[in-house]
Amino acid sequence: MVAVSAPVSPDEGLTAAQLADRHGLTVSGARPSLVEYVRQLWDRRHFILAFSRAKLTAQYSQAKLGQLWQVATPLLNAAVYFFIFGVILNASRGMPKDVYIPFLVTGVFVFTFTQSSVMAGVRAISGNLGLVRALHFPRASLPISFALQQLQQLLFSMVVLFAVAIGFGHYPDMSWALIVPVLILQFLFNTGLALIMARAGAKTPDLAQLMPFVMRTWMYASGVMFSIPIMLADKPQWLATVLQWNPAAIYMDLMRFALIDEYGAENLPDHVWAAAGGWAALFALGGFVYFWKAEERYGRG
Amino acid sequence: MAEDTRDAQSLTGTDDARIPTVIADELHIVYRVNGAKTGKGSATAALSRILKRGSDDAARGVRKVHAVKGVSFVAYKGEAVGLIGSNGSGKSTLLRAIAGLLPAESGRVYTHGQPSLLGVNAALMNDLTGERNVILGGLAMGMSREQIRERYQEIVDFSGINEKGDFITLPMRTYSSGMAARLRFSIAAAKDHDVLMIDEALATGDRKFQKRSEERIRELRKEAGTVFLVSHNNKSIRDTCNRVLWLERGELRMDGPTDEVIKEYEKFTGK
Repeated sequence: MVAVSAPVSPDEGLTAAQLADRHGLTVSGARPSLVEYVRQLWDRRHFILAFSRAKLTAQYSQAKLGQLWQVATPLLNAAVYFFIFGVILNASRGMPKDVYIPFLVTGVFVFTFTQSSVMAGVRAISGNLGLVRALHFPRASLPISFALQQLQQLLFSMVVLFAVAIGFGHYPDMSWALIVPVLILQFLFNTGLALIMARAGAKTPDLAQLMPFVMRTWMYASGVMFSIPIMLADKPQWLATVLQWNPAAIYMDLMRFALIDEYGAENLPDHVWAAAGGWAALFALGGFVYFWKAEERYGRG
Repeated sequence: MAEDTRDAQSLTGTDDARIPTVIADELHIVYRVNGAKTGKGSATAALSRILKRGSDDAARGVRKVHAVKGVSFVAYKGEAVGLIGSNGSGKSTLLRAIAGLLPAESGRVYTHGQPSLLGVNAALMNDLTGERNVILGGLAMGMSREQIRERYQEIVDFSGINEKGDFITLPMRTYSSGMAARLRFSIAAAKDHDVLMIDEALATGDRKFQKRSEERIRELRKEAGTVFLVSHNNKSIRDTCNRVLWLERGELRMDGPTDEVIKEYEKFTGK
C-alpha cells in the first residue's frame, strides 16, 4: 500500500450496509424482537392508559349531561332488552322475574364488553392511520388502549349492574369476589381478540362493515337473553354444549353465577374455570404474537 | 450526481470526523390505493374487482403509486438537509420513510437512533382541554410523566395560550385555529431529538409566534444530530440548510450544497 497525499477515509468504498454496520446504524422501521417489543410496550404504559381515558372522556364531552351518560347508556340498553325479551317475547322461560332481570342485564353488559372491544379493535389501526404515520410507538398500544377503554366503560356499567342485582334481592356475598377474576380473564380474552381484529382490519377495512352482523349472530347464539340448556332442550345435546363452551357464554355464565344467588353451579358447564382461563390465555398470547408479526407493515397504503 | 454528493460532504469539514446518521440505500416507496383504477365507485365495479381476485394487483383494481424511486444518500452528523421539489415529488413520503413510519417496498434506510417527525397533531383530541392534550401529546411522543411535568409550564408559556386568559383549561375545540396551531407546535417542539424532521408548516400563528418558533427550531437543530427540512420556501431552506436534496417525480435529481442546488432548482421552475 502506498500512502496517498490526502488521507483516504476508512468509509470509502463501503456499501451502504457495511457503512451502516461500521457506525452502528440500525434499519429504520424494522420489527423489534418479541421481548424487546414487550419492553417497549411497557415503557408506553402511561400513554396507553392516558389515551384510553382521553377517548372515554372525549366520548361524552359535548353532551349536556356529560359523563352521566357513562351510566345512563348501559341503563337504557338494559331497559330496551328487558322490554323486548322480558315483556314482549317472554324469553325468561320459567325463570322468576327476580332472577331473569339480573340474568338479562348481566348478559347484555358482559357481552357488550366483548362486542365493543372487537368493534374498537377493527378500527384501532385503520381508524388511526394519522397517528400511526406520524409518531413512533409499538402499534399494539392502540388495540390494547381501546380494550382498556371498554374495560373502564364496563366498570361504569357494573355500578348499574350492582344496583339491579341488589334491587332484585341479590345482596353482596362471598361469591361476588369472583367478579374480579372473571373480569380479568374476560379482559385478557377481549384484548387478544382486539389485537387480532386490529391486524385484520388494518389489511381489510371492510371488516368494520361486516363485524356488526357477525357480532349480532354471536350475541344471539351465546344466550344473552335466554338460558341455553333450557332454550335448546329439544335440540341435539352437542349444539347446546358447543354454545355453552363459547367464550362469551362462559364469561357471562360465570358473572351470573357470581352475582345471582339462585343461579347455581348446575347452570355452568364442567371445568368452566379451566375453559375461561384457557380462552383468555389462548387469545391474549396468540393475538399478541399475531399482531406483532405484522408490526412493521401497519400504516402502509 | 456522484460528484455533487462529494461536494456536499466536503462542506462539513474533516473527512474522518464525519459520522453518518442516516443512510438511504436504493429506497423505493409504493402506495396502494384500493378501487381507484377506473374511478368508478359503483357496486358492480367493486364486485368485478373481487371476482378478478387471485391475479395481480393491477387486475384487481388496486392502483400503485410509486412515490419514491430508488433514492440513495448518506447524511452526516451536524448537517441540516433541505428537501425540495414540486408538489407530489415525494418529499414528505421520503421523510416518513426515513422516520420508519412508512414501510419500504424495497431498499433500506439505516438510522442512528430513532428519527422523529416534528408534529403531534394526530394524537391530540379536540374535545379535551389544552392541559390534558399537553400531557397526552407528550406521552405519545414517548416522554415520561416526569419529563412532561418538568416541561409543562414551559410548553404553556411558549404557546402563549394563557396570555389572553385561562384558555389551557378549556377544550381545544374552543380555540381559534391559530391558537390550536401554536399549542400543537409547542407540544411537538418540547422534545429533544437525535435526528429531527420538519415538514413545512413552520409558518403558523402570528408574526410574534413565528419568530419564536424559528428560534426554537434553531435550538432544536443545535441539539439534534441531523435535521431534515421539507419546505417550498427557498428562503427558509437557504437560512437553515447547508445541503439540499432535490426530488422530482420520486427520483433524486440533485444532491449538493444549498446554493448550487437551489440555483438549478430555480432555473428549473422558471423563477
